[in-house]
Amino acid sequence: MISDIKILFHQGKQYIPDITTVEVPGIFRGRPVISNEAADITRLVEICPTGAISPDPVSIDMGKCVFCGECQFAFPGKVRFTKDFKISSGTREGLIIPEGRDEPVTVHPELIRKEIRKYFGGSLKLRQVSAGGDNSCEWELNAAGNVNFDMGRFGIEFVASPRHADGIVITGPITKNMAAPLQLCYDAVPHPKIIILAGTDAISGGIFAGSSALDRSFLDKYPVDLYVPGNPVHPLTFINGVLDLIRNRQ
Amino acid sequence: MTTSIHIKNNQPVRLSEIPVLSYEDFLDLNTRQANDVFTHCVLYFGWPVDDHIRLFCCMADDAKGTIMLSSARIPNGDLREYPSFTAKNLAFHVFEREMHEKLGIRYSDHPWLKPLRFPAETAQKGSTIENYPFYRIESEELHEVGVGPIHAGVIEPGHFRFICNGEQILHLEIQLGYQHRGIEQLFLQRKTMLQRNILAENIAGDSVVGHTTAFAGLWESLCGFVPGEDLLAARTIASELERIAIHTGDLSAICTDIAYQRGSSVFGRLRTPVINTFQIWCGNRLGKSLIRAGRNQFPLGNSIKNALTNLFDAYEPDFYEMYQRMKTLPSILARLERTGTVTMVQAEKTGAVGMIARTSGLMRDIRWTHPYLLYNSFPHQPIIKHHGDVYSRTQVRKQEITQSIGYIRDLVHDTTTTAGSAQQLGSPSPDSFILSLTEGWRGEICHCAITNNNGEPAIYKIKDPSLHNWLCLALAVRNNDISDFPICNKSFDLSYCGHDL
Repeated sequence: MISDIKILFHQGKQYIPDITTVEVPGIFRGRPVISNEAADITRLVEICPTGAISPDPVSIDMGKCVFCGECQFAFPGKVRFTKDFKISSGTREGLIIPEGRDEPVTVHPELIRKEIRKYFGGSLKLRQVSAGGDNSCEWELNAAGNVNFDMGRFGIEFVASPRHADGIVITGPITKNMAAPLQLCYDAVPHPKIIILAGTDAISGGIFAGSSALDRSFLDKYPVDLYVPGNPVHPLTFINGVLDLIRNRQ
Repeated sequence: MTTSIHIKNNQPVRLSEIPVLSYEDFLDLNTRQANDVFTHCVLYFGWPVDDHIRLFCCMADDAKGTIMLSSARIPNGDLREYPSFTAKNLAFHVFEREMHEKLGIRYSDHPWLKPLRFPAETAQKGSTIENYPFYRIESEELHEVGVGPIHAGVIEPGHFRFICNGEQILHLEIQLGYQHRGIEQLFLQRKTMLQRNILAENIAGDSVVGHTTAFAGLWESLCGFVPGEDLLAARTIASELERIAIHTGDLSAICTDIAYQRGSSVFGRLRTPVINTFQIWCGNRLGKSLIRAGRNQFPLGNSIKNALTNLFDAYEPDFYEMYQRMKTLPSILARLERTGTVTMVQAEKTGAVGMIARTSGLMRDIRWTHPYLLYNSFPHQPIIKHHGDVYSRTQVRKQEITQSIGYIRDLVHDTTTTAGSAQQLGSPSPDSFILSLTEGWRGEICHCAITNNNGEPAIYKIKDPSLHNWLCLALAVRNNDISDFPICNKSFDLSYCGHDL
């Protein structure tokens, strides 16, 4: 008994009091900023392993970016990854950061479906489907619920069955072999249902884009409500993104 | 006549130097070798070239620290049925199943050519993951329980089909392949070294350091690049840090599955500062972008060394306090002891590697037998357990954490910060064969490449330790209550994506 109390005492305070303003320790490659400085754009485009950098106009697509930072290492004056972890967007275009822009990425309240605001403002139960994910995003989504990040305090939780869920969170590039189970899972979620893509692999296929083992046709059929970039997504990015989706009021 | 050649870990060899045997001699040589307890098969694969398939078999001699390499040539699209290696030694089963599935090689006496991963390029047309016929036993007393591919928790997909006698598991069949992303094919399609490096990083997100170290070792050796002391020290520290992080997380997960909430929370929160140290070091909690062939973008400076020292100073007291408490609770020990046992005979027969082999008394640890990085500069002694149950797998995690912390503390103390080596990565040597082995926290990770006459990879093979160990899990749960399956599964913590590639 006494040793249990000692253990409890030794843990101290572990939760992050304010997950919207906390600073990530050390280096964090979050929202990129491209300066207007002149640079060898052809080389900059070539350096990117996943084709996330476009030349005209110069921009970085966070939906394709694997956040390896190689562009910043080669062109430190041109590209800079900030520590801003709030990089979720309600639209695919919202993930594209053009040259010269240094402002927060937001989930625009006017673009969120009415049903989401109406039904899910208080809490959100989600079913996670890993469809070729490398277990890094799954790991971080689990971490979002641990004692440090404690997503449960906002009423956001992962549930065991799609029938108990308000939506699905997809990780991984969606393999052919997972296409049918993903569809089954989506069908089992009651209406209205939301889709969240977590991680670069889910958003664009990432480094796996174009592989013959993928089948991404599911995404052509249904609207996506939230894109959460990252490789893997950071728990803070995920929690803030989901909160923006359900708590934003017009 | 030479029948095979002996190479070392990360030693490139000209393709022409590898002897080509008749299939019969090849079979005889390798299956005879496999009977020796100090020899095990690390990789056996087929490489289709023009109208034939060249088979390569790599047998690791754990006593001498060498890898015996031999090959044979058979016609492609041959209708002949070959005698299988598996009929003589079960440990080869996964490799022959893969070749049957991908290349269409037919075997006359393979015990079970169960599909391995339903790949995009398959020779078995019509065999899909949806119509796979599971093994069945007809009986009025038995019932089947199907779980997955999507599981209740936030984990990767795989299907488990139990045949139960009441609450007891009689047989478990595991079907994987849902995670197949075609990585080996992508290694050939992606043309820059950075792209391949990032592919290696995404094979299994929980073994980033293990797989990228294997890739970097392979590529650097192929290019004749000799990594400097600073690079080696950084990678050795990263490997051990990854082991500590995942082992801690697994202890938390084992506690979760026996409903011991205190252990689950405490080990769970203890993992956070460990992975945050990766964040401080390289900007990614799993160590992605830390290891790059030929360079180190994030040198091991004094600030990282201090961060590591402070991390362990804070980690150790809380970790041992929690572990000691857990060990004194009979209700916990009752769930862990004699649950999910893998015997030494089973481990050896199935070709188990890494932690699973070591908890069953089998000495398999690449750091000891085929050292790489700095592992030959200090006397690494693998931790061996003999019971092969969940408790052994819990104990080995705790002891390996202790051992790894010791290694990192020593390396931090001994490594003087030096400037990165100025040598540039050259181009890979043509027509070569290379094999790179590392000991990830799960066990031996193997990357293998053959280059064409331009030095570009013509085939790239990857083996995660999970490939061997999934069968051990299926055997371990036999005669256990089905309610104990979660802790058995968690104590193995095998990779789905590492298996499916």
